Amino acid sequence: MVARSTIPAGDFRTSYAADTTIFPTKTSRNFAIAGVILLCFAPQVFSEFWLSIAIQIGIFSIAALGLNILVGFTGQISIGQAGFFLLGAFTSAYINNAYAIPVFFAIPLAGVVTALVGLVFGIPAARLKGLYLVIATLAAQYILLDFFSRAEWFSGGSVPASANPFSIFGYTLRGDRQYFYVVLAYVLVCYLLVTNLMRTRDGRALIAIRDHYLSAEIMGINLTKYRTLSFGLAAFFAGIAGALYAHYQLVVSQEGFGIERSILFLAMIIIGGTGSIMGTLMGTAFVVLLPESMELLSHYLKGGAIDKALALNNNITFLREIAIGLIIIAFLMFEPDGLAHRWRQIKTYWKLYPFSH
Amino acid sequence: MNTAFLIQLLVNGLVVGTLYGVVAMSFVLIYKATQVVNFAQGELLLIGAWVCWTLLTKFQVPFWAGMPLSLIFMFAFGIAIQVVILRPMIGEPIISVIMVTIGLSTVFQAALKWIYGVNPQPFPPVFSSKAVDIFGLQIQTVYVMSLVVSVLMMLGMAWFFKASKYGLAMRATAFNQQVAQSLGISVKSVFAMAWAISATVSAVAGVVVAVVNGVSSGLSAYGIKVFPAAILGGLDSVGGAVLGGIIIGLLENIAQYVDSQYLHWGNLYEIAPFYVLIIILMIKPYGLFGTKDIERI
Repeated sequence: MVARSTIPAGDFRTSYAADTTIFPTKTSRNFAIAGVILLCFAPQVFSEFWLSIAIQIGIFSIAALGLNILVGFTGQISIGQAGFFLLGAFTSAYINNAYAIPVFFAIPLAGVVTALVGLVFGIPAARLKGLYLVIATLAAQYILLDFFSRAEWFSGGSVPASANPFSIFGYTLRGDRQYFYVVLAYVLVCYLLVTNLMRTRDGRALIAIRDHYLSAEIMGINLTKYRTLSFGLAAFFAGIAGALYAHYQLVVSQEGFGIERSILFLAMIIIGGTGSIMGTLMGTAFVVLLPESMELLSHYLKGGAIDKALALNNNITFLREIAIGLIIIAFLMFEPDGLAHRWRQIKTYWKLYPFSH
Repeated sequence: MNTAFLIQLLVNGLVVGTLYGVVAMSFVLIYKATQVVNFAQGELLLIGAWVCWTLLTKFQVPFWAGMPLSLIFMFAFGIAIQVVILRPMIGEPIISVIMVTIGLSTVFQAALKWIYGVNPQPFPPVFSSKAVDIFGLQIQTVYVMSLVVSVLMMLGMAWFFKASKYGLAMRATAFNQQVAQSLGISVKSVFAMAWAISATVSAVAGVVVAVVNGVSSGLSAYGIKVFPAAILGGLDSVGGAVLGGIIIGLLENIAQYVDSQYLHWGNLYEIAPFYVLIIILMIKPYGLFGTKDIERI
């Protein structure tokens, strides 16, 4: 891995445990712990607006993380992530409302249900090479959305379904300031889970499939099992994220979760870096902050000559989509390893400054 | 049973199906030649339709001149996409290239909405008579024209691949790039040409749909319907794509008939092809005519 390049020459690993450690140095581990502790104080410092953005980044980054297992680590594409996200949201709201299962348990349960549905759509993937899966997920996206608009018992049909706020030990968490901790906890758990998954036998099997599936199969890796597994995992995290989103918004509607949103999830991992766990978080932050910054820019340009000539303010949604599409293309062409790669380069630069070797 | 309605729907299905077939054919063309699953096929169709609409309404060009002009534009546009965007991607993992086409589709879709707005625009009438009488059935002239154009495109494509030198070069490249290159075929120009022809053929379909239904961003749905059609026919079979398209077109309309007469679920028309897609992927993943991948080590 490129991340190892920050290790100075002569520093050899002598045990397998040292080679697979999450934090290569003590400093990096201390920094990570300090960062999490600092984040715990964020609700006291930042305004509601920034907290809501942070919550969005957290929630979407969980779904993007699932997609990254599929795209970045197993080498398959999915453009149905938004469908599974929505399925998780509806499932969590439904089992909470209909069976009175507390939200605390409903969220992971929604993840499991979504994973099971994901496995059904993943069956073709198990039999086929990468290209076909993307088409199966396209179908999944349309079929799931069609199902939501039909099944009134489940999703309320055209009326948005309502979801209860998150509660734990009889104490209800309401508003951005309190919900921030829920999302933070889930982000930490999910990212730790996936980081650890990639250190295990199963994680290495997924990477082997991505790099050369024929060799992987010859080495005894069960392609069918691991491809289906990675598809199920992607759906699982999408479901978790969807459930978190449902109990954050308190209503679930399918508005805005069409194929464009699936492409947005894809954009997050492409920008962040496919196959990079921290990159997923960076990419999600980028994609969530991009519309906000464009909004800000168009606000400044309002009434100016450029604005009048191009009718910017009336078409900001289209401009946002154009920007997302162009950024996807640009990253794939010029920086296929994404922001994570840039970050590593910056780190290496400072580590080795002033001598570049 | 409502026979007249059923026949009307079947005719409808045949017409729409041949159009799906034409678009699927151009999709398969790109896949065969360059191994790229093109998610921007529907947008190529849409661009062709909008360019022709602009020429006809804004510049008052007559249809017989406007259509070839927009096709020439699309030909150049196809080459441009290949050279500017996809050529630098050669050698990258195939999933990156597919994601590039997804990005392209987002950009085109949004840019066209930005330029032309979201409301559908009617196409200037091309034919004077509205309907013709065939075997006692009233069929709209545009439908007949659409069917004739589609069949002509298919025949043209068949001739191109069977007899023309360039078509043979393209088939050779699809069969084995390295051997083709060693025999003196310019693989680069074959790739560019595949995109150019695909864009042009899609644009013809786009203009035909636009003449029938008007132009709107909904046209790019044809690019999505291509997937069931192409998978049914086999992802790398041009003939299969045509047949797949016709079957999907008929199936949609039969689904609508069953829905409106018996089931009353509503909207079955839209979603039926995707169920078919999943079923085909599960039972016969290489489609009706696709070549089964056999890997040797």
